[in-house]
Order: sequence, then C-alpha cells, then structure tokens
Amino acid sequence: MKIKLLFLLSIMTSVIFLSGCEPLLVFDPKGPQAERQASDIILSIGIMSVIVIVVMVILAYILIKYRASNQPDNYEPPHIEGNHLVEAICVGIPVLIVAYLSLVSVQSNYIVESAPVGYEEQEPLVVYASSSDWKWHFSYPEQGIETVNYLYVPTDRPLEFKLYSYGPITSFWIPQLGGQKYAMSDMVTTLHLAADEPGEMLGRNANFSGKGFAENTFNVTAMSQADFDDWVKEVHETAEPLTETEFQELLEPGHLGQMTYTGTHLEFSPAPEHNHSTTNESEVEYTDHSSHDQNQTNEENEHSAH
Amino acid sequence: MEFFQRFAIPHPSPAIYASMVAIALVSIGIVVGLTYFKKWGYLWREWLTTVDHKKIGIMYLLSALLMLFRGGADAIMMRAQLATPDAKLLDAQHYNEIFTTHGVVMILFMAMPFIFAFFNLIVPLQIGARDVAFPRLNALSFWLFFVGAMLFNISFVIGGSPDAGWTSYFPLAGNDFSTSVGTNYYMLAIQISGIGSLMTGINFCTTIIKMRAPGMTLMKMPMFTWSAFIANIIVVFAFPVLTVALIMGTADRLFGANFFTTSNGGMDMLWANFFWVWGHPEVYILILPAFGLYSEIISTFSGRNLFGYRAMVWSMILISLLSFLVWTHHFFTMGQGALTNSIFSITTMAIAVPTGVKIFNWLFTMWKGKIRFTTPMLYSIGFIPLFTIGGATGVMLGMSAADYQYHNTMFLVAHFHNTIIPGVVFAMLAGLTYYWPKFFGFMLNEKIGKLTFWLLTIGFVLAFFPMYLSGLDGQARRMYTYSEATGFGPLNMLSFVGAALMALAFLAIVYNIYYSYKNSPRNIGSDPWDARSLEWATHTPIPEYNFARLPQVSSSQAFWDAKKKGHELFKGEIKDIHMPNNSGVPFVMSCIFFVAGFSFVFALWVPAVIALIGVFVCMALRSFEQDHGYHIHAKEVKETEAKYGKVLNNEDRSRATSRV
Ligand code: HEM
Ligand SMILES: [Cu+2]
Ligand SMILES: [Cu+2]
Repeated sequence: MKIKLLFLLSIMTSVIFLSGCEPLLVFDPKGPQAERQASDIILSIGIMSVIVIVVMVILAYILIKYRASNQPDNYEPPHIEGNHLVEAICVGIPVLIVAYLSLVSVQSNYIVESAPVGYEEQEPLVVYASSSDWKWHFSYPEQGIETVNYLYVPTDRPLEFKLYSYGPITSFWIPQLGGQKYAMSDMVTTLHLAADEPGEMLGRNANFSGKGFAENTFNVTAMSQADFDDWVKEVHETAEPLTETEFQELLEPGHLGQMTYTGTHLEFSPAPEHNHSTTNESEVEYTDHSSHDQNQTNEENEHSAH
Repeated sequence: MEFFQRFAIPHPSPAIYASMVAIALVSIGIVVGLTYFKKWGYLWREWLTTVDHKKIGIMYLLSALLMLFRGGADAIMMRAQLATPDAKLLDAQHYNEIFTTHGVVMILFMAMPFIFAFFNLIVPLQIGARDVAFPRLNALSFWLFFVGAMLFNISFVIGGSPDAGWTSYFPLAGNDFSTSVGTNYYMLAIQISGIGSLMTGINFCTTIIKMRAPGMTLMKMPMFTWSAFIANIIVVFAFPVLTVALIMGTADRLFGANFFTTSNGGMDMLWANFFWVWGHPEVYILILPAFGLYSEIISTFSGRNLFGYRAMVWSMILISLLSFLVWTHHFFTMGQGALTNSIFSITTMAIAVPTGVKIFNWLFTMWKGKIRFTTPMLYSIGFIPLFTIGGATGVMLGMSAADYQYHNTMFLVAHFHNTIIPGVVFAMLAGLTYYWPKFFGFMLNEKIGKLTFWLLTIGFVLAFFPMYLSGLDGQARRMYTYSEATGFGPLNMLSFVGAALMALAFLAIVYNIYYSYKNSPRNIGSDPWDARSLEWATHTPIPEYNFARLPQVSSSQAFWDAKKKGHELFKGEIKDIHMPNNSGVPFVMSCIFFVAGFSFVFALWVPAVIALIGVFVCMALRSFEQDHGYHIHAKEVKETEAKYGKVLNNEDRSRATSRV
C-alpha cells in the first residue's frame, strides 16, 4: 500500500513538474467531487503506466534479442501455434485490472452523482445555470438574485446546479470543483458540487456551441457563508430588478460582461418542463427542496427512456 | 441576382479566393492535358468504366492520399492558429469550418477509402479469387464515395462549409444556429458516400463468404481477410443507422421536420444517440483492418506464423460485438445517471481486454522470430507502444466519473489521435509501402521510407502528447483562441512544431513515390519481401484475372507452405476464365447522384427531381440489361502466363513456387 502511494505521488509530482510547476487545473481540486475525480485519474494513470511500461520492456527485449542481424543466416524461426498458459495470462491480468477499475468507476459514479461526501446533511444551495449564445445566466431562487457570467458560491455548503440552455447544447464545467455536465434546451440536468476553500476559479462552457464558443467562460468565486450573505445583501441594495424584456435582450447572441440583477428569470421564463428529476409534478419547483432526495432516485428511470 | 447570391460563400477570405483560383486552374490544366495527350479514351476505358478490383483499389488509394493532404492542410492551419495565444490567423468562423471539415475529411474521406483501397487490392488476392462478388456494384461504391467526397469538398468555395463539428450535434446543426448551406453539404455528401460504403460492406461480406479458394475454411483465412470480413459486417450493421440519421437531419434542415429540434417534440439527444451508434462502431471499422495489416506485416518480417491465430480471430469478433454496446460513453455527461454510466463504463473498458490480447499476440509473433527492420515493419513496431498508450488513455476515459473532467477537452483529442494515427494512419502507410511493389512493380525507397517513419513518429509525439496536459489544464477542444493568462501557450507551440514535422513526413511520402518511380529497379520478382499469403503467389504486375488457376489451400499461410513445404498451390489445367465487362453506368449514375446532392443542398427542386429520376432510370436499365461478361480463352491465358517467363504446366509451376 505504501509503495503504491509513493508511486502515485511520484507520478503526480512528475505531472506537475512537466507542466511548469503550476499544478494542472484538474490536479488542483478545490472541492470533494473534483478531488474524487483527480484521485481516479491519478490511480488510472498509475495502473496504465505500469501496463505501458511492461509492453515497452517486452517489446525492446524481443526486438534486441530476435533482430535478424543478431542471428545466424540459417536460423529458421519455429512454427508456434500458441500457448494456453501465455494466452491465459494475457487475458487474465487485463481482466483483473479492468474489473478493479470498473469497481472504482462504479463507486465514483454514485459519488459524483449525489450530494458531495461530507455534505450530505446540509441543505444544498440551488443555482439554476442556463446558457445562451454565448453567456451564462445564474439564478439564485433562494436568494432571489441573478448574475450573468460570474458565479459567487459559499464554501462548506453543497451546491446543486440545475442546468439548461437557451440554444445549442452546452456543457457546464468548473475544472477545480468537478467535471462537467450538459445543459440542453428541452430538459434540466443536475450537477452536485461543493467548494472546500475560498478562491477564484475558472468556469466555462466545454461543449462547442458556435462562433462565440471560445470566449464562453465565467468566473467563479468561492467565499465564506458570511461573505456570501453580505454579497446577497449588497445585491439586493444596489442591483436593478431583472425584467422580462431585459432578459430577452440578454439572450440575443453575443458576448456580455458580468452583470447582476435582483429577481430571477425563472419567474417569467421557467426552466424546461422535461425535468430529469420530476416524474409526475409538471411544474418546476425552484423553491421547494423537500422532494429532492426522492427525486434523485427517479432520475435514472426518467433518463433511460430519453 | 438573388439566385446566384446563395452560391456565394458567407465568409470569404484571401485564402479561399486563392483556393478557388487554384481549383479552377488545376481543373483547366487537367482538361487541357487530357485533350492534348489524347488520353480521354484511355481514361474512360481503363479507369472510369473499370470493374477490376485492383484498379478500383488504386483509385481509392489515390483519393485517400489526396484527402490526406486536404485534411492535413486543415490540421496545420488549426495548429498554427493555436500555436500562440490570441492569434489572428483565423477567425472563429473559419476555425469552426476547418475543424469540422478536417474531422469529416479525415475519418470519412481519408481513412475510409484508405481501408477500402486495401479491401479491394488485397482481399480477392488473399482468398485466391478473381474479383469481388459484385464487380459492377464495387465500381458504383467507389464512384459514390468519390462524388460524395467531391461534393463535400466544393462546399468551401460554393455556398459555405459546414461548421457544427464532424459530430454535427443538433440543435447547433439545425437551421436556427447553422444558417449557411454548409450542414446541408454535410448531410448529403456523407449520405451519398455512405450508401457506397454500405454496398462495399455487402459486397465484401459476400465475396469472403462465397469466393474463397478451394480448401480455405474460415479458420484458414489470412488475418487481413478476417479483419476485413469483420469490419464489413460492422459496416452492414452500422451504416444503415447513419443513413437514417442523415435522412432525418436532412429533413430537419430542408423541410423543417423537427426530428432533432428542441420544439415540436424534437429530441436533440436522439441525434447524438444515432450518431454514436454508428460512430463508435465506425472507429472499429477503421481499426480492425489496420490490425489485419499489422498482423500480415509483423508475421512476414518476423519470419514467423502469427502467434495465437485463434485468439486473434476471437478477439476481433468480441471487439466487433462490444463496439455496438458502448456508444453512450460519448455523452457520459448528458446527465443519464450513475447506473447507465456504470454500465457503459464497464462495457467500454471491457474492450481493452481483447485489444490487449492482440497486442500480446503481436509481441509473441516476434518472439523467436528473425526480425527485419524494413519500413513497413518500423511502422508496425512503432504502432505497438504508441497504440498501447492510446488504448490506456481510452481506459482512463472509460471511467465515467473521471470522464466528466476529460470530456470535450484536448485530452480527448490527444487520445483519439493517439489511437487513430498510430493505429490507422501508420497501418495505411505500412500497407502502402508493403503492397506498393505488388501493384506498381517497383519498391519504394527504404532510406526515404525510414526517414518518413521517424519524422512522423517524432512529430506525432510532439504534436499530441502536450494535448494530454493542456486538456487536464482546462483547455477545451474546438476553441479557436485562448488568452495568454490561461498558460496554454507553450504546450500548443510544441504541438505546432510536431504538426509541422508530420507535414514534412507527408511531403516525404510524395517525394519517395516520385524518387522511387524514377530510380527503383523493376525486376523485383513476384515476392520481394519473402511473404506468406496468397496475394504474393501471383505475378507482378498482376494479370487482370489474378490467378490463371485457382489456388488449393490447406493452411492460413498457404503461400509460405508452398514455398517451404512444397505444397502444390496450382493444380490442374488452365481453363477459360470468365470476366465481367466494363461498364460506364456506375460512373454516370454517380455523376447523377452528385447533381441530385448538389441540388438538394441548395433546395433546387427541379434539377433534384430530374436527377433522382435519372438514378432510377439507371437502375431500371440495369434490370433489363443482358450482360454476361466475356471469356479469356485458355490459349490467351497461357500466352499471357508465358510472357511472365514461366511455362505453366503443373510440374514446372510447383517447382517454381517451391524455389521462389
Ligand atoms: C496529421 C496530423 C493531424 C493534426 C496535426 C491534427 C490536428 C487536429 C486538431 C488541431 C483538431 C481540432 C481540435 C479542436 O480544436 O478541437 C483535430 C480534430 C480532429 N481530428 Fe485531427 N489532426 C491530425 C490528423 C488526424 C487524422 C489522421 C484523423 C483521422 C483519421 C483526424 C481526425 C480528427 C477528428 C475526427 C477531429 C475532431 C473534429 C471535431 O472536433 O469536430 N485527425 N485534429
Ligand atoms: Cu466510442
Ligand atoms: Cu437529457
């Protein structure tokens, strides 16, 4: 176990070293989901490196030993059909590795698809994140505010993003908090994240969506709950309310800077009906989270029919 | 005026005007040249109307090389644009068009015809047949592919290129967000060439099942034929899905059908599902024949039979089945829940097992062998570690929770180029060098060949390995620019240098062909590499009937056993040989398809309907046609055989083969 850890550590440091000493974003997690993903990635890099190295060593050995120039002219390679033992090993070891990685993968799937580890007890902060060409709109129904192209989140509280799109399929991605998920126009997808420490992070749309795609980014700032509350208060004091006409203008294709509003567009332009987490309630509930946990189990059935 | 307006390209640039002029000049040059040298008749008789699988194979090969340069030029432009932060070489629209056409051209108009070239060139010879099962259909397949490719390629000078990615996801690819006719080109060009591919699949399945030489049971088929067989079965099952998806996509774009739109009951993810139900098997259609070529080459240059023949066959069958069960890994992030992701994660990683079996079988084929480092063998050796890395990163992507971080990033781009370039492109170049003497009668220069290999390999590593890192650092794919602050700059510069080396390597291939054509000796005999399977048992150049007498086979390396163990391959008398007649119909019919496709792109209904009627007229005419082919008489065959310097009666021939 120690050796394995050491090995993983050495790979991690060499990866970091290669990238010019600053850790690659994915290897610099700021939340439990990204941490889990990073450790899966490191684990698979480790195991896969062993396989690659073994293949390379066998190859080098064979090439050196059996090269024609190393052999007498009259050497006739033998006819060998195969060897059951060798073939069993060549099947058996990969099967074991794949089985092990499958096990890890399945566990991780359930972990990243549910409330972050260590945050299960808390009520999540729900943020509706919707994309339009080529912007992100963040609605905080609980706080009654909405931002464009930037996101403030409290640390030490689970975050639940409800994703959808006002145009092409986009993908909501904050590498340091966790991997991405699609935002589509006819349905809502849910992404569970959490931030462990305050700081600034990069977020972007990762799925190609046309001309403005490259600049389709947003800033993420994680801060303490107290700071977050202050910010909300400040917004309520200073920002203009979001009107329907104003929102329609925001949806026009193009780039915009960061903007802040009170109220959310959910009131006049609700999220798509086909919600992956509701079966019989047709209206979208963005204030009531009581049914949240039970919804999650429904998610799967809903989606397989999709 | 308005009528002509729509043919104008929406985003002109000096580069596009230059290419327009270049295309016009080259076309004029070709027409003038053909007329001046009085080659129209030759072109028509020998190539445009041919049904000979060897000539069709050569035409596929030339088209593939041509498209490799088109796609390569796109690649270099992209890498140049990304080499430095905030570069201004291309704007967003052009970058989008370029990566879209690069992807389509490389997969569908470069890699596909390349493997079809080898199916055509090798399979009939390897199974000891005189042609494919349906020679005329084969010609039609080629011409449909060819006009499809041409239709796609004119998009950038007439009307505008597709710009929604080679995956063309809806609703982005719908009329609301892709307003030029570019995506119409995508739908129709791929449709036309896809019909050709489907027919190729049917043709080669039939050929391999029905036309094997006496004695060649399934388990005695050479490995390339096996790989071609399985790949073509995949074609038959996968391509209809694409056909249907493209029809629906076309209906959406031209008739407002709302299959994939987000209103009126359309489902955007339905396109993604259809696309990848075809798209994932598609990559195995490409890679399995590549595996087949490597098997032939590694076995030849190790001087040994293939280790674990049965395991190789079964692993391919398993891969082909699994390839249909993993498509969802292309959208793990669609929000389908942990259970679905877990299932597809496991099926995806499971493919690594049979693939690993193959890697080990190649290694053990070299074990105790006598390894000759020729150019084709260098590619095959280079393939093993590079493809292992590509496969390993594939397993990493298969872990769906982790894929949330890789999806849509340069990490993915690095992975699939890491499998497709050492896997498919290296195999094609290895096969090209290996089979060149058989089809053209001279060897390619080994020195230049090896230099090419090293340029390509070093260039490849420099071009693509940095992308693994930049992907993990947050660089999404398909971004036309990035800011200095992201820190992606140095890695992308490295990639550009690598891409430039690869470009040099491709130029070296052309130079090698030219140089060898001038300088290589022509008296190379029929078996210059000391190979093992039947395609080397006939003369060089290959007579149009391939084999004067059909070979009698008793092992998977029949020719080798004939050489070493004195098995008699060719028994019995030379008889009359039945051959199919040439036909201009496939070519003409494909041209009509082109007109139909072009008219549909621009919604010109009158010519479209007329052209469609023309297609049906061609088919109807065929059904009334009485064409029984012709015979090459035994006497003529004997004369031809005698010209090759060997008198062909039994005793002489068997002695000749055992001596070669
Ligand atoms: C010869 C060297 C090559 C270079 C330098 C190269 C480079 C690139 C680049 C820069 C991209 C776009 C990445 C992005 O912005 O998302 C790309 C995408 C792609 N390439 Fe290549 N490529 C090469 C060869 C190939 C080959 C041989 C194939 C296939 C047989 C291929 C298939 C693709 C595909 C399918 C895409 C995705 C296009 C899309 O995102 O829609 N490439 N390549
Ligand atoms: Cu796939
Ligand atoms: Cu969905």
